[in-house]
Amino acid sequence: MNRIYLDYNATTPLHPEVKEEIVKSLDIFGNPSSMHSFGREANERIEKSRKRCADLIGASSREIIFTGGGSESNNTVLKLVGCGEACCCGYFGCRNEVVTSTIEHPSVLETVKTLEKRGVPVHYVRVDSFGKIDMDHLRSVVGEKTALVSIMYANNEIGTIQDIKAITALAHERGALMHTDAVQAVGKLPVNVADLGVDFLSFSGHKLYAPKGVGVLYTRTGSPYCSLIHGGHQEGGRRAGTLNNLGIIALGKACELTGREMTEEVRRLEYLRNKLRDGIEKTISDIRVNGHPTDLLPGTLNVSFYGVEGEAILLYLDMVGISVSTGSACATGSLEPSHVILATGTDSELAHGSIRFSMGFGTTEEEIDRVIRELKPIIERLRKMSTVYGKNRELQGVCAK
Amino acid sequence: MSEWLYSDIVKDHFMHPKNVLEDEDSYQADGKGIVGNIRCGDQMLVAIKVKEGRIQDCRWKTYGCASAIASTSILSEYVKGKTLEEAYKVTPQDIVEHLGGLPDHKIHCSVLGDKALRAAIEDYYKRNGLEGKLEKEPAVVICTCMDITDKDIEEAVKKGAKTYEELQNMTKIGTVCGQCKEKSLELLHQYNHLYGE
Repeated sequence: MNRIYLDYNATTPLHPEVKEEIVKSLDIFGNPSSMHSFGREANERIEKSRKRCADLIGASSREIIFTGGGSESNNTVLKLVGCGEACCCGYFGCRNEVVTSTIEHPSVLETVKTLEKRGVPVHYVRVDSFGKIDMDHLRSVVGEKTALVSIMYANNEIGTIQDIKAITALAHERGALMHTDAVQAVGKLPVNVADLGVDFLSFSGHKLYAPKGVGVLYTRTGSPYCSLIHGGHQEGGRRAGTLNNLGIIALGKACELTGREMTEEVRRLEYLRNKLRDGIEKTISDIRVNGHPTDLLPGTLNVSFYGVEGEAILLYLDMVGISVSTGSACATGSLEPSHVILATGTDSELAHGSIRFSMGFGTTEEEIDRVIRELKPIIERLRKMSTVYGKNRELQGVCAK
Repeated sequence: MSEWLYSDIVKDHFMHPKNVLEDEDSYQADGKGIVGNIRCGDQMLVAIKVKEGRIQDCRWKTYGCASAIASTSILSEYVKGKTLEEAYKVTPQDIVEHLGGLPDHKIHCSVLGDKALRAAIEDYYKRNGLEGKLEKEPAVVICTCMDITDKDIEEAVKKGAKTYEELQNMTKIGTVCGQCKEKSLELLHQYNHLYGE
């Protein structure tokens, strides 16, 4: 059975060119901090990669800090607030509050919860039904106490893209610093830090065809900074730990090639995404497409199916070789359905029944055609055995609260 | 490739569910019960036909994940031929056992099946003027997410639940939205007063 991978927002396979780069570099083992030729050889490759990462987002090389991934990058920035060290607190002065949104990735939401426990006030900005930041709410919470605003560039679950430029302008106008978690955007969309004006930006290797365990924290020159990981002078003393040669080399290559192929790939993925959406809308009734209609990641489609639960759909699709993800509580083990879909004001039944299809370089039109064909009978079958589809819909009131 | 999260039995009942109530209108149920809350992600309907005090046929509908679907499917097989009294006593543990086990975080998906069945049996009793067969005081649902009643709390306390955590381990009460915590603590205290040492 030919398997179809539609979970690129979770992680991506290596791009063939990235794989080739890794294989060619397998012998680059020297410690880039060493002064001898082995070290210099490795260092040269690291710096080439740093330049490629910087070029993709319009930064300069020294503003690129290599990390262990998106989660580490996010943790590093957020924990500047209230860290207690002179380097950050001197900068922030009496500003000690963080502003973020209700739909952030857990690596942001859980980190700010930790900050709250340490006494940092955190404001969570609402989103509208498309997942867009409520700018009026944002304006009402960013003020003279705000140290940092952290809003994601594009949402991993529903694909909605925020107006980071406008949000940054607002943060700066009120004297706060701006971070964006751009893990889902970099490599998929043109992202330029100079144009956006952000002070910090996180991205990750394994979302753009490089391996897991490597990421970047862009830090604008002059921003306050404090290491999250201590114990070495690497990265200009900003992130201790011997550098991940192969991961970084691969990430540089991935940045180079996604930058090169972006315009065409955006067009291609948008076409496939729209085809999948139209195909589902045409063949299956009672669905809801989640996310913003236009400000949307090119390869992301999130759909809720009335009357069926997401894990059941996911597993039936898996049986025919199609890999997707769901916002259903059952699939996560958390008992709560997707916080993102709930935050858009969608009721929990639809959140439980949401499926995310996310596409990437390997996705073909034939695959999309097959997904459309396979999906219809699966949804029909599950609806036939569902209590909440068809005649029992009116019974819901009896059972719910 | 590594195994599924679920046992082969669960997989089989999920992929090939038995006794789905496909045509509710033409199915002449003698008793019907529906429990669960779609907000929490699962809801089950059980319909039974009864002959001479035994369950002759059991059909179901489930909104929920693979383990919820498989739980109701296996329940429908398991209770056929049982007397109503026997069927009334089926526990979630019986269902999990027949499924060849469930992952820990999925146990809560199986606790609705037995409740839906009991609701169907109670409905049958009511329709046939046999209310006397029911417990004297009707149970009151405390945790709507997991459909846990005051009777369930009472039973758990009788079996040794003293703390809220023990009560949660035994019944899965309050493991979803948690809004019932205050009320269940009150009852826990009350029943511990009655049955505790």
